[in-house]
Amino acid sequence: MGKIKLLQGNEACAEGAVYAGCTFFGGYPITPSTEVAEFMARRLPQIGGAFLQMEDEIAAMAAVIGGSLAGCKALTATSGPGFSLKQENMGFAMLTEIPCVIVNVMRGGPSTGVPTGPGQSDIMQCKWGTHGDHPVICLTPAYVPEIFSETVRAFNLSEKYRTPVIIAFDEIVGHMRERIEIPDPGELPIINRTKPTCPPSEYLPYDDSKGDVPPMANFFEGYRYHVTGLNHGTDGFPVNASPRIHTDELRLIRKVEGNKADIVKYVETQLDDAEVAIFAYGVSGRSAKTAVEAARKEGIKAGLFRPLTIWPFPEEQVAAIASRVKAIVVPELSLGQIIFEVDRCARGRCKVEGIYRVDGDPINPAQILAKVKEVM
Amino acid sequence: MAFNYDQYIRGGKLPHIWCPGCTYGIVFKSLLRVVDTLKLNRDDIALVSGIGCASRLPGYVDFNTLHTTHGRALGFATGIKMAKPDKHVLVVSGDGDATAIGGNHFIHACRRNIDITVLVFNNFIYGMTGGQYSPTTPSGHLATTMPYGNIDPSFNIPELAKGAGASFVARGTAYHAAGLDKLIIEAFQHKGLSVVEIINACPTTHGRRNKFKSPTDMLLWMKDTFLPAVAFDKLPPEKTAGKLPMGVLYKKEGLPEYCETYYGMVERLKKQREGRA
Repeated sequence: MGKIKLLQGNEACAEGAVYAGCTFFGGYPITPSTEVAEFMARRLPQIGGAFLQMEDEIAAMAAVIGGSLAGCKALTATSGPGFSLKQENMGFAMLTEIPCVIVNVMRGGPSTGVPTGPGQSDIMQCKWGTHGDHPVICLTPAYVPEIFSETVRAFNLSEKYRTPVIIAFDEIVGHMRERIEIPDPGELPIINRTKPTCPPSEYLPYDDSKGDVPPMANFFEGYRYHVTGLNHGTDGFPVNASPRIHTDELRLIRKVEGNKADIVKYVETQLDDAEVAIFAYGVSGRSAKTAVEAARKEGIKAGLFRPLTIWPFPEEQVAAIASRVKAIVVPELSLGQIIFEVDRCARGRCKVEGIYRVDGDPINPAQILAKVKEVM
Repeated sequence: MAFNYDQYIRGGKLPHIWCPGCTYGIVFKSLLRVVDTLKLNRDDIALVSGIGCASRLPGYVDFNTLHTTHGRALGFATGIKMAKPDKHVLVVSGDGDATAIGGNHFIHACRRNIDITVLVFNNFIYGMTGGQYSPTTPSGHLATTMPYGNIDPSFNIPELAKGAGASFVARGTAYHAAGLDKLIIEAFQHKGLSVVEIINACPTTHGRRNKFKSPTDMLLWMKDTFLPAVAFDKLPPEKTAGKLPMGVLYKKEGLPEYCETYYGMVERLKKQREGRA
């Protein structure tokens, strides 16, 4: 049994990163994510890792990609405005297939918004923030122990699929303190990037002939190759021609969308006989769980679907729920974002109703329960 | 015997994208001669760039090469160097890439004094996008986005680097190619952030709009304008008008290098823990 601690969500995220083998952090101070950086600033020098507070969010994202390319598992953490600033370099990592983990502790927006309050209005930015079509994996833990385990999973998915992974949780969960049992080393699986086994002269960094995730050589290991943000051929050099660009972009998407069975994770609560389902993640998922318990006490058949993977979206699961419930209620700390995905998957098979809030306070269980009763 | 450049050039990656009359090829060759002279193991070199004409250079050479986003090469390079402090990290950048969009990264890399060598190819213009004014375009010069003459004051890159804390600052030109090798060698050998501004010519998007009849005229302008710093410093002020110094302009040995300081701290913490145990 592991060590029991009382940790803040942000601290649990940093602990999880170190557990996963992270030895590199690049960041910039921003509320409400700063505790992740502060933790890493203390811990990484103790374990021989590299901690960098960069001059801005953009440089922090760049440094993280550089650190990963040089062989480290690398993390950055940010919030709202900082997440916006990181987007271009995140797209670079997606196209060049360099693993890294980006934590977005969501606050209110747009602009400076509500730095000290929770938000869930970056969830579409997590998917579409950088320009161009691109693969996205985004995880949405809601409890402190879950932030730890999902951070480990984020690194594993990032290394396995050679792609950046976003962890998005809100200010409440990030700052909340809860009991957590830190797993012993070896208790959770740790995945490391697959390296090439061929001689360097034969290495093609983007060779997709043996699968959608090509082995990745780190810099300085004898496999001298080229990395560019331009669309490129299997050898990594710029290509400006059909059909290579098209087929390669499809492969990038397929890496994620084609492996949903492995990537998509969720928690279901009392959904089997539910007449009304609630789709909620993060702090809204916590309120929804309480609402379900209250509803059940009143004899109302409510259930909860709480995604731990929001991107790729759990389409099949939501579609299946929609075909057997009267309605899906979607509480979110935005003016309606993830509800569009739920509605898209429900395809008119049931009612889909939202509860929106952007005033810096969470949606409380009573609000959700009232909506459940309304749609029954 | 003629120098064999092919040994460092990736097969099939030439011709390069640079226009006829562009001087980047001169710098490119100088860089390869330097790597050879210093007998650097190419597996141990990371060559990092941003966006722009100069930033296409890494694609041609057989090192670990990284062509990143506009202005951000130094952020990526800083990450690489911190992860692997014993490796050689070299950045090639342009005037716009290094001092406009990447200006913040440039000054902070200088301030940290991290052991990275930065070659700034200053051609006074945004060449790749077709001739817009950059932070180094001389006042009055024509650019597509300054059609009535540039009203912006310009940066002096070596002064900027020195002011920001770089411990080695030099300036060379494509005309003075032989001297360039020496400057880049010295920059490489210096421990700390070293900046070499290399004056280049863009006849296509800068020269022909600004009364340089041919690429040769631009090289001759370099010949007439840039004096060795030793000679420049001896001139009376009235004779320095229109002239600029080149060579090693500033060098300070023994300043703390960032990675050494950081990993020195790591070692200290380790000893403290062992002392307690």
